[in-house]
Amino acid sequence: MKQDFKILGTRPIRPDGLEKVTGKAMFGADKSATGMLHARILRSPHAHAEIVSIDTSKAEALAGVKAVITGADFDEVENRWTRYTMQNCMAQGRALYDGHAVAAVAATSKKIAAEALKLIEVEYKTLPHVTDVDEAMRPGAPLVHEGVKGRKLGDDVSGNTVGYYSFGHGDIEAGFTKADKVIERNFKTAATHQGYIEPQACLADLGADGRGELWCSTQGHYMVREVCSEILGIDASQLRVTASEIGGGFGGKTTVFIEPVALKLSQKSGKPVKLVMSREEVFRATGPTMSASMDVKIGMDKNGKITAGHAKLRYQGGAFPYNMVMMGAMSAFACYDLENVQSEGWDVMTNRPKMISYRAPGAPMATYGVESVIDELCQKLGLDPIEVRLKNAAREGSKSSYGPTYKAIGLVEALEAAKAHPHYAAPLPANTGRGVACGFWFNFGGQVSVSMAINTDGTVNLIEGNPDIGGSRASISMMAAEALGIPFERVRTIVGDTASVGFSDVTDGSRVTFAVGIATINAAKAAIKELCKRAAMIWEIDAEAVEWVDGAAQPTGHNAGNFPPMSLAEIAATSGKTGGPIAGHHEGAPDKAGVSFGVHLVDVEVDPETGFTSIKRYTAFQDVGKAIHPAYVEGQIQGGAVQGIGWALSEEYIYGEDGRLQNPGFLDYRIPVASDLPMIDAVIIEVPNPGHPYGVRGCGETAIVPPLAAISNGVAQAIGKRLFELPMSPPKILKAL
Amino acid sequence: MSKIHVNSTINGDTVEFLCEADETLLDVLRDRLNLTGAKEGCGTGDCGACSVTINGRLVASCLVLGAEAEGSEIETVEGIGAPDALHPLQRQLLEHAALQCGICTPGIIVAAKALLVQNPDPSEEDVRYWLAGNLCRCTGYDKIIRAVLAAAAEMRGENP
Amino acid sequence: MARVVIFGSLRAFTDGVERMEISASNTRELLKKLSERHPALAEVIEAGVSLAIDGEVYKDAWFTPIGSNSEVVVMPLMVGG
Repeated sequence: MKQDFKILGTRPIRPDGLEKVTGKAMFGADKSATGMLHARILRSPHAHAEIVSIDTSKAEALAGVKAVITGADFDEVENRWTRYTMQNCMAQGRALYDGHAVAAVAATSKKIAAEALKLIEVEYKTLPHVTDVDEAMRPGAPLVHEGVKGRKLGDDVSGNTVGYYSFGHGDIEAGFTKADKVIERNFKTAATHQGYIEPQACLADLGADGRGELWCSTQGHYMVREVCSEILGIDASQLRVTASEIGGGFGGKTTVFIEPVALKLSQKSGKPVKLVMSREEVFRATGPTMSASMDVKIGMDKNGKITAGHAKLRYQGGAFPYNMVMMGAMSAFACYDLENVQSEGWDVMTNRPKMISYRAPGAPMATYGVESVIDELCQKLGLDPIEVRLKNAAREGSKSSYGPTYKAIGLVEALEAAKAHPHYAAPLPANTGRGVACGFWFNFGGQVSVSMAINTDGTVNLIEGNPDIGGSRASISMMAAEALGIPFERVRTIVGDTASVGFSDVTDGSRVTFAVGIATINAAKAAIKELCKRAAMIWEIDAEAVEWVDGAAQPTGHNAGNFPPMSLAEIAATSGKTGGPIAGHHEGAPDKAGVSFGVHLVDVEVDPETGFTSIKRYTAFQDVGKAIHPAYVEGQIQGGAVQGIGWALSEEYIYGEDGRLQNPGFLDYRIPVASDLPMIDAVIIEVPNPGHPYGVRGCGETAIVPPLAAISNGVAQAIGKRLFELPMSPPKILKAL
Repeated sequence: MSKIHVNSTINGDTVEFLCEADETLLDVLRDRLNLTGAKEGCGTGDCGACSVTINGRLVASCLVLGAEAEGSEIETVEGIGAPDALHPLQRQLLEHAALQCGICTPGIIVAAKALLVQNPDPSEEDVRYWLAGNLCRCTGYDKIIRAVLAAAAEMRGENP
Repeated sequence: MARVVIFGSLRAFTDGVERMEISASNTRELLKKLSERHPALAEVIEAGVSLAIDGEVYKDAWFTPIGSNSEVVVMPLMVGG
């Protein structure tokens, strides 16, 4: 389905660009209100403790303090998952991790709020805690919650084990007997944080009449509205949520941490309340991703054919039940067409902050294990790692390891591009290794709502309900312009608040360009239908005798009438006299977001003296279906790759014996900085997704999946020894040497 | 505690403000002067999102006290570029699609401008080390580095 | 009759049954019949499942048509990133 596009595939300046380079763009913490209070949250210093009592009287007596709340201020929430979210925002009964919120204050200044926190007296009774996934899963481990053990789980695992998932087909034992070489390894990966530069921030104003306004930094303001209205017991219609510009999310802003607290403080004080997290709070109390302990066993014959694969994934997701290991189990072997495959996963609770999605949640660690073992098999059997992956690669018609049969996919194309790229043939200096790995992500569709108005001057306003986390206003405007046949500059896309357009799912799963794109195209179709109808009325011919070509109505043929094309602007100009405003809208829940594959090539150099690994060259290949705005697609690939580099080499949550987080700051939790990196070459592959009119797949997440293994494979080649634990920090490399 | 009276010049305008003795320049800019272009990403000088210049020197405004601004000339992102003509750095960042979320962008612009004042012809490595104190989590820095190098070339009068 | 495949760990709720044939014109009807046939699965279906119909994955949709010869894979509900 090769299509010719006028606008798609070009690189216009993003419509929200000027505000963002001049400091005008309003992020979460940038908004203030008259009479506003400042809030602060008191957090548990213990990994696990019973909250015996909280005395807030001294804090309440401090001049300038207008409200103090604790878990007792929140009513029981019926829905179990919403209850966990609420209890993560404010502890009830027990503090479940270091940094868990136990009380909050709103005062007339930041300083008074901070003073008031010191006056809150909390009596704790410490309880046994557990922060390691394997320890937490062992029978007899301290339980984070009682009575939430996953159904159908046996006595061999503790009650912290909240879920079990298994995927696969064939007979893995038979498959292993056919192998010439079988390798089984245990891997560990540390918990990492999304590391968005903007801490969570909101401004809440909730009156005694139950009407509220909430401004916040989020990936989904409809989600915020649903969760907060449920927790506070108010009508969804009465809480209007406006998404601020969002300073990074990467999955970390797909839930709430502070909004219910700010709303409750506002309700209690009768004033607007601003609540902004500190960086330390972000690390201690917002969701990092899961840490993992994994066993991966793969058999390969001497020609490089994988005969069987088996992965066991144990993920730690913090202090509340969750279900995310499933995505790891589903994606572990998704790159390959295998006869015999099984992947199993266990979700485990610990006394750590509640995990939340981080870019392709669950996939990078499982893929790290699988792609590492495949690499080791290639080494041991003397086979080329790209050839082996090509031999086993999933393609159209392959039955995936997680169930569905693939439609048109682009893994083979990505592997062929990597094989043919000069990077793959370039010479390697001493102490340097070249790693290769593949990765997969599902991409989602989901609920979406778009409203498009055709203005009388021939311009278009489009309202949609997904925060723009990385240039989606640009890609949506481009698709609208393409569909209508008008210049990009004539479209303005606005992220509407929750009262202005219908429900829209969270900006996650790389879904926005896909799903909002489909809704935009359908809204444009509806508007075009009306535009054609108006032209037909003016020409006094049948509406069916009018078609839309290049941004203008025209008769379908000479029989229909002999009229010159009438442009969108011309039709719109007289719309007031031909039946009123012209608009189009679409609401839906599109599925068929095409899966996406990536292949990463990396050259790493390891300093034998210090154990420091540096990235010398990096090339990432990814099938995105259709790149609407290629520069922002490259940006997604580059950004994902670099987050993966951090995960592989330097980022980790470090807990002490006391269960306290030891590195809640950017100094000690080290994300990659500019001087750590080379340029990241992003190579866009376009195998159109049959499920989207323009062929779009999601593109945001896949790129974080391959780097962990690619870098580990490169390090293994550089130093002649393989590490089985991330991050591969200098001390671990030196120990291996 | 009585407040401190400070006179300074911010983005070319004479500004007077009162602040607490322990109040950071970043809080003064954001909370008292309504200049929210500088962002607080960490409050500990690690992320660079609050970058401003004081008398031409690049600083993390979260680590400077408001009272230290007395008699100084401060420049923030709001002072860079004219209404009808963006600074080459601002324009090149946009043309290179070098921002995704945009939260680090003000700090990057302030920091890169300070670099180009003292080194109009930086190498890629110069730019990478200069901007090592400005964290960006979205872009992987690739397009930012290219944009800064392109802006430097443009300011030297070279054709792109 | 659609060919229904119960995938992976969901088999624990069908007494190990992996494949079955069900006559259904859309996803709601199929899930209803599946719940009646395997009551232990009803609670899981209520909480949410994803379906792959002839290779395309669908989440939480009642009225997706199912062809008379379709293959339907029933999987745990996919969650987001």
